[in-house]
Parts: sequence; structure tokens; C-alpha cells
Amino acid sequence: MTFNVFLQHLTNGISLGSLYALVAIGYTMVYGILRLINFAHGDIFMMATYFTFYSIVIFGVPWYAAFMAVIVVTGALGILLEAAAYRPLRDAPRISIMISAIGASFLLENLAIVIFGGRPKAFPALELFTKVIKLGTVSIQRLTFFIPIMTLILLFVLLYLINHTKSGMAMRAVSKDFETSRLMGIDVNRTISFTFGIGSMLAAVGGIMWGMKFPQIQPLMGVMPGIKCFIAAVIGGIGNIHGAVIGGFILGLVEILLIAFLPDLTGYRDAFAFILLIIVLLFRPTGIMGEKIAEKV
Amino acid sequence: MKSKSLSQPSASLLVRIKERNVRLTLISILLLCLFLYYADKNFNAYQIRVLNLCAIYTVLGLSMNLINGFTGLFSLGHAGFMAIGAYTCALLTMPVAVKDQNFFLAPINETLREIVLPYPAALLIGGILAALIAFLIGAPVLRLRGDYLGIATLGFAEIIRIVITNLQTITNGAIGFKGIPAKTNLWWSFGIATFTTVFLLWLIKSSYGRAFKAIREDEIAAEAMGVSLFKHKVLSFVIGAFFAGVGGGLLGNLLGAINPLLFRFTLTFNILLIIVLGGMGSITGTVISAFVVTIGQEALRFLDQPFSLGFVQVPGISGLRMVVFSALLMLVVLFFSRGLMGTSEFSWDYIIDLFKRLGKPSGKPLSKGGTK
Repeated sequence: MTFNVFLQHLTNGISLGSLYALVAIGYTMVYGILRLINFAHGDIFMMATYFTFYSIVIFGVPWYAAFMAVIVVTGALGILLEAAAYRPLRDAPRISIMISAIGASFLLENLAIVIFGGRPKAFPALELFTKVIKLGTVSIQRLTFFIPIMTLILLFVLLYLINHTKSGMAMRAVSKDFETSRLMGIDVNRTISFTFGIGSMLAAVGGIMWGMKFPQIQPLMGVMPGIKCFIAAVIGGIGNIHGAVIGGFILGLVEILLIAFLPDLTGYRDAFAFILLIIVLLFRPTGIMGEKIAEKV
Repeated sequence: MKSKSLSQPSASLLVRIKERNVRLTLISILLLCLFLYYADKNFNAYQIRVLNLCAIYTVLGLSMNLINGFTGLFSLGHAGFMAIGAYTCALLTMPVAVKDQNFFLAPINETLREIVLPYPAALLIGGILAALIAFLIGAPVLRLRGDYLGIATLGFAEIIRIVITNLQTITNGAIGFKGIPAKTNLWWSFGIATFTTVFLLWLIKSSYGRAFKAIREDEIAAEAMGVSLFKHKVLSFVIGAFFAGVGGGLLGNLLGAINPLLFRFTLTFNILLIIVLGGMGSITGTVISAFVVTIGQEALRFLDQPFSLGFVQVPGISGLRMVVFSALLMLVVLFFSRGLMGTSEFSWDYIIDLFKRLGKPSGKPLSKGGTK
């Protein structure tokens, strides 16, 4: 393998990793607050790509307006999902909430099959992002640079939001202790809705960029990326936003580079993420950045 | 434990009640046999297939309920164990000629090509292999709790599926098998379903079953009382996987064609739907809801095809059926979280009590709030 080819794979891995990171943040935020795997997060991501497809291709909205609208609508979808599937079960046993999450995920997938059709659709190619730049002998899409930059910008915005605003403070309080934050006058339900909204908006950004990078969309496209992003969140230490980003980058890079160096293992690409997950769960269940939580009886 | 009335029933009465219950159970098994004999002769191929599916889903639902409902382990790996059972059973029952037809891309592994076993042996080996894999997976993974366990078992099921897709010379890769001999008939499927039910009823009543339930209710308390968490969790997981493997074998030889796509998470979802609907922790509930869900999924097929509402033609929307079922799962979890039966079981005493009460409408009215 020449150095140029290696560079090509490296940039690919970084941009895939930043996509994973964006979606993983949504998982980690929800887990941090509700201690719940939001199984439907991958499907929200899928919905966002369909919203983009419809607004640009069918309704002919200019792309910048379409992106804004999609991000807002997807955020609203996340809030709606929380209110319908998770809020009524706030005090129910954990297993019920998880089953509800799985049900919500299947409902979204099947609704997408019914509404959008099961056949794959072509995501609109936008000249601005998909144009190929040549750097010496390495040819790279503009998107490949754009994705990591976007991820970093959003990460800093999010960190500011969490660490320096009132809503962010409420989020941190709720994730520490439900009851106490309620006593302190925090509207727990509103804070949780807010978290779902933010997480879904990030998933929407991830979905839009995913659609541009892999321009074929279908109703089950959210399943694999969804699970992988959850894995990324676990690797980084679930509940920790820096961890989710690090986990996303690790997963994306390792996945691409493994296939680049060992092409024989291409068929096992998806299995690899799971193997990594199980290794992490067994040897460091709290992930790279997670802190150990003592178990309460 | 249950005090029936104020005066303790005498020992001889208890023995008589027990004898009566055994007799009633045997009579109902006999009735089931008569029904199967009738169905086998008179039902058409489609109806027999649906009945077979009902029985197979009963086996699968019971095996998953043992792990999830009775032991409280949130395992989502059922499709993987079924895949192991289905592939093993299919490979061992296909005649050499069919195997040669299937493996046109790459020749089949020489030793596997020669082996052809009778159906029961193949089912058993499929189940044992699934149980063995479950043991290897379970030993490390069952240390995890709650949703972590769920995602890890889901991961393992997916790994099993991916490995099957890639083992070209053993599993024929993504193409899978066609022309698997249709060995599953009503006798096999209902026989195994009955055996599974009886075995699980016995297991749940035994000291193991009590340990499983103790783990479900409170792991820490159970451990403090001297229940070995690891041993019982692995035991429940392995037994569940064994029956999942057998159920997978039955399914493969019923459908006649399998490929790795069949064993995606959707299959686990279907079984999860059955046990949630029936009540996590109720054998009766699982049996009832396996029949209800399977027949319901067939009955709702019209949703996927065009149908007319008198004056309007509704075009068929493929996938609408699954929307109904996923919405149903959510409704059950949100509003009837106990499912059909909760954790209660069918008992002859209750049925006879019910009949006695119905037979005497002028009898003493129940006191307020009394149910029995």
C-alpha cells in the first residue's frame, strides 16, 4: 500500500468516524439522563435523510433552507417520540422501557416502509459538497473535509450549551439525580424533552451528511449505523460526550483501516464493531472516559 | 401456600384434586391428538402450515420467556440461536443430491456432504449446538446487566449471522439453502411444543425455577440467600438456547428454504412481541399469545394486499401489517404492561371454580373485591 492510498483511507476513516461521533452523542446524552438505550435513535437518523430527500427532490426547496427545516422537524420528532414512548413509562421497570424503545424503533422503520416505500432512493447530490478535490494523487470529496469540521463545530456548541447555559445545567442536574433536581425546581420532563430534541437534531445533521456520503437511502438504513454509533458511545464511556466523540473516531478509523489492510475480512466488517463492543464491555464496561459507578443496593 | 378456605382441606381431598387434575390434563392432551389427527387429514396445506408455525412459535416464545421473563435476563440474541439450529438441522437432513444442487458457487465441505441423519437426531444436534454456543457466549456475557446484556446478545446474534454469511463451504453464504426436506409436520411441531411446555412447567416448579425467579426479582437479594447467580443464569440461557435451536430447526424444515437474512433482528422482535403480549413470566400466556400472534399475522395479511371497503378501493400497502404489530407491542407495553396473563398460570382448579360459580347464579354473591 502506498502512502497516498493510506492517506485516502485515513481521510475516509476520519469522516466516517465523525459521522459516528455525531450520532453517538445523541445516544450518550439520552443514556446519561434516562439510563436508556434509545433504540429508535438510528431510525430518527433515517427519518432525517428521508425528510431531506423529500424537501429537496420532491418539493424543490433550496438546500440550505431544506437542511434547516429538516433539523427542526427531526428535533420535533425526537421530542414527540419521547413524549409518546418513554414519558408514560418513567416509573416502569427498565425492561418495559427497553421494550417500548424497541417497539418505537420498529414502528418508525415500518412506517417509513409504508410511507416512503421499501425501494432504495437516490439522495440528491449537491455540487457544493460532493465536488472532488485533487491533492497530488489523492482525490477527496469536499465533504470529507467538511464533515469533521462540522462535527467539531457542533461539539463545541454543544459543550458550551451544556456547561454554560441554564438548560445545560438543568440537564447535568437531572442526569445526576431525578428527585433532587425536581426538588430544586427543575422541570424534569422539559429537560428530558430538550435532551431528546438536541440529540435528534444532531442525528439529523449526521443523517444529512451520511446521505451525501453514501447517497442511497432506504428505510432500514438507520439500523446498522444506529447500533454502531451506540457501540461508539459505549467504547468512549456512555454518558460522556467527549467519550462519544472519541469512540466514534476510533470505531470509524479502525473499521476503515482494518478493511484497507486486510481486504479478506471485508465480509466481517459489521461483525468487527460488535466484537469490539463485547471486548470493551467485558474488560472496561465504563468505556474509555467513563467513571466507575458504585452499585447501590 | 394458598389458603383455600378457612378450614384446611384434608390430605385425601388434596390427593383427589391432584388425581383429577392429572386426568384432566391427560384428557386434554388426548383431545389435542384427536384434533391434530383430524387437522392432518382434512385441513389444506396453508392451514396446516399456519398451525405448524403456531406450535414452532410456542417453542420459541417459551424458550425466550425462560431467559427474559423468568430469569429476567434481557437477551436479544434469539435469532442467532435459531439460525444455528436451523442451519445444522437443514445440513444434516438434506440428501447428498440436494446439497450438491445448493452448493453451486463453491463445493461443500467433504465430511458434511456425506452426513445425512434422521430428522429427530438432526433437531437434537441443532439444539445441542445452539446450547453449546450459548454456553460459550453466556459464560463471559452474562456478567453484564440490563440493557448492556441486551446489546451484547444482540451483537452476538448479529456476529453469528455474519459468520454464517461468510462460511461459504459450510452454509452456502448469502444464498442459503433451498429444497430442505419438509420433515416438519403437525406431530413433530406439536409434539415438541407440548414437550417444551411440560418441561418448562416442571423446571419452573423445581428449585432451579425458584432460583431463576429469585434472580429476576432481585439479584443481590438472591445472591445473599445463597443462589449462585452465574450458575443459574448460564443454565437458563443454555436451556433457552437449546429450545431456540430446536425451534429454529423445526422452522427451517417447515419453510424449506433459509438464508441469513431470515435471522435478522426482526425475528427476535416477533418472539419478543409474543412474550410481552402473553405476559413476561407466564407459560400459559406465551402459549396463548404464540397462537394469537401467528394467526393474527396471517389474518392481517389482507392489509398488505388491495382490498375494497364497499365503495372505495384501498390499494394494498406492503408493510402495513408490521406497522400494526409494532404499534400493538407499544400499546401493550404502555397500557397493559402485564400482558395477557401477567405472571399467573392456567390451573384446572381455577377453571372448575369458575364453572361452579357460573353454574350457580343464585348462589351467594361475592363479597366486594373478592375474585375467588
